[in-house]
Amino acid sequence: MEFVGEVVAWFTAAEQWTGRDAIPVHLGGHLALSGLALLGGLLVALPIGIAIGHSGRGAFLAIALANIGRAIPSLAILGIVFPISLRLDLGFGFVPTLIALIALGIPPIVTNTYAAIREVDRDLVEAGRGMGMGELQLLARVELPVGAGLLMAGIRTAAVQIVATASLGAVISADCLGFFVLKGISSQPQDRAQIFAGALMIAGLSLLTELLFGFLQRRMTSPGMRADQFPAAFSQAGQVPREGLS
Amino acid sequence: MTPDEPFIRWDWIVTNLDDIGERTWEHVLMTVIAVGIGFAISFALSLLVVRWRRLYAPVIGVSGVLYAIPSLGLFALLIPFTGVTLLTAEVALVSYTLLILVRNIVAGFDGVAPEVVEAARGMGYGPWQLLWRVQLPLALPTIVAGIRIATVTTVGLVAVTALIGQSNLGSLIIQRGIRASFPTAIMVGAVGSVLLGLLADLAFVALQRRLTPWARARGA
Repeated sequence: MEFVGEVVAWFTAAEQWTGRDAIPVHLGGHLALSGLALLGGLLVALPIGIAIGHSGRGAFLAIALANIGRAIPSLAILGIVFPISLRLDLGFGFVPTLIALIALGIPPIVTNTYAAIREVDRDLVEAGRGMGMGELQLLARVELPVGAGLLMAGIRTAAVQIVATASLGAVISADCLGFFVLKGISSQPQDRAQIFAGALMIAGLSLLTELLFGFLQRRMTSPGMRADQFPAAFSQAGQVPREGLS
Repeated sequence: MTPDEPFIRWDWIVTNLDDIGERTWEHVLMTVIAVGIGFAISFALSLLVVRWRRLYAPVIGVSGVLYAIPSLGLFALLIPFTGVTLLTAEVALVSYTLLILVRNIVAGFDGVAPEVVEAARGMGYGPWQLLWRVQLPLALPTIVAGIRIATVTTVGLVAVTALIGQSNLGSLIIQRGIRASFPTAIMVGAVGSVLLGLLADLAFVALQRRLTPWARARGA
């Protein structure tokens, strides 16, 4: 109980709310990193996933990406990007973390976009073709709307993984919620209240992301497709499991 | 990091091979402990779930929430109780394996055809014999697929435990590499953990093939 008081005291201390290392600074950094990384990941991965899914060519790439994405630890991606970024004069902290996070978000989006389009009943696509739709129309009016639920599942996986891994940016001094945990561990003596407070924020933001994107996923699934809707729990059929989480 | 510092100093790798080998071994050991304990717990939970189906939702729900907490966050949540120790690292690593393993073990048992179970009962198999000699062998491919995913995931997470002072390939990345501004150690730790993950993946693919000779025969 005494410990709970210490954690509350940590949150309410003035130094947590003003100055260079205030909570808003690191929370803002965390959100900026995550938002930009998801955007970057979408810009790269969506066109690739759509191209593979629509043409049916290069399926091996989608599958290989899924396996590679799972096998490469997020800390390893960050570790590899960091010295390269220094060498290219891109600085440390924000830019290398962002690049690593973008790389992390690409595999689940490509794989799920591909799967979303492939899973669309071929009869539907043929019917669209018979109605005189061109390739782009087929994509925009048949394949993407029908596959939207599965596609969103991939974006959700990427978003959750990105928000989770952004904490590791603190290792290379990017502003993010991981800062509080690492600072608490390295201070002498260890500041357990600060470690725990940082952990609460990291866990809370991840769960919020999971819930938000779960909600978006259900909203984006077209009403006609909701008959076989996924259960609303954390585990979902059709969602690429979030392996290699950080 | 000085500008003329090369990315990879091969001479450092050669003179530190023993050290790198030891970090790799520690990495493997931490992974095996986590997946081993995780499997024991998951297997027991799965048997309960198969017997009492109502337990499935709460078991998957709790392990799902644990799974959704980022590793640095989960380590840090445990530190006030178990300190910056190997125990903290392993408790977190084990809890991440639960969702994957329970899901696959239960799916494995569910995949056993009810006729087969009935036939075994009709032949006089008791519940334990049924489990060990009929259901488990038939569920094995799905279970091994789960162990494969859990192992590869754990290899990656073990690296992060270097942040809470554990020694493994991750400490080459963080302590010897980033904090000492020495890219060679970063690269060795990063590439080492990637290779370890890929090796584990390939080993389980081979095991899966051996466990399902019928699939291979059909494919040939």
